[in-house]
Amino acid sequence: MARVVVDVMLKPEILDPQGRAVQGALGRLGLTGVADVRQGKQFVITLDGAMDADRAAVLERLAGELLSNPVIEDFTLTVQEDS
Amino acid sequence: MRIGVVTFPGSLDDRDAARAVRLAGGEAVALWHGDSDLSAVDAVVLPGGFSYGDYLRCGAIARFAPVMSSIVSRAEGGMPVLGICNGFQILCESHLLPGALTRNDHLHFICRDQRLVIESTDSDWTRDFEPGQEIVVPLKNGEGGYVADEQTLDQLEGDGLVIARYLEVNPNGSRRDIAGIRNARGNVVGLMPHPEHAVEALTGPTTDGLAFFTSVLTTALTSVVNA
Repeated sequence: MARVVVDVMLKPEILDPQGRAVQGALGRLGLTGVADVRQGKQFVITLDGAMDADRAAVLERLAGELLSNPVIEDFTLTVQEDS
Repeated sequence: MRIGVVTFPGSLDDRDAARAVRLAGGEAVALWHGDSDLSAVDAVVLPGGFSYGDYLRCGAIARFAPVMSSIVSRAEGGMPVLGICNGFQILCESHLLPGALTRNDHLHFICRDQRLVIESTDSDWTRDFEPGQEIVVPLKNGEGGYVADEQTLDQLEGDGLVIARYLEVNPNGSRRDIAGIRNARGNVVGLMPHPEHAVEALTGPTTDGLAFFTSVLTTALTSVVNA
């Protein structure tokens, strides 16, 4: 089984009000010196069987079309093969 | 004129949009998200709400609904399409309009009667307004902050594609106070505030919203006269 992890983050220039609210809460709860917090999303996709080139290509496309919006977000895709 | 109003799972304002179409003098035609047949409509309204629960991103899943494939291809051919609130988000996700709608900068859901200025009347949905006309219509959103890169924003302003801006207060952190935009051709318009809730004195703060729906009828009439 292959596991595909897609991390989606707002682009650095896009304001992240949720991250800013979390930053405020961290400060109020005793964590000093928080310079910045950005909140993102993680998709963990488990495939039947091993990864192949066809599915890798489809995943790469859908990570940019469905899982993230390239206007405001960047994504990283990593594949973990179970031993 | 037959104007389709799409219902997605989670649409809220489809009935008000259909009512606005009828009050303007059009024939409202209910369209279902799962149908790719557009029932020979002449224009389409994508109403507000929370299609597919706003899962993933607002409008991200609705974009792939069967009805949207037909709407995107007809819109590219010039059919008038108006996206209101969630409909605006769907138009951006579909790349019929540039930019995206993000979480309000203050994180609160906002519901208020909002003053706007109509800037571009050169669209199928705004030609019954006067340029510079000020209107008041309800605004209600959690993710209404319009964003795009600086180059896109400059281009929108330079080409006169901003159809409406927020006046007095920017309610959601939208870049350059943008409340609505159109495409270059003028047939596709996206708007975050809700003109369909301002079409009757009994329930709306004004009847200013009606002109969006009469505009598209004027557009149709003009094209028939010119044909």
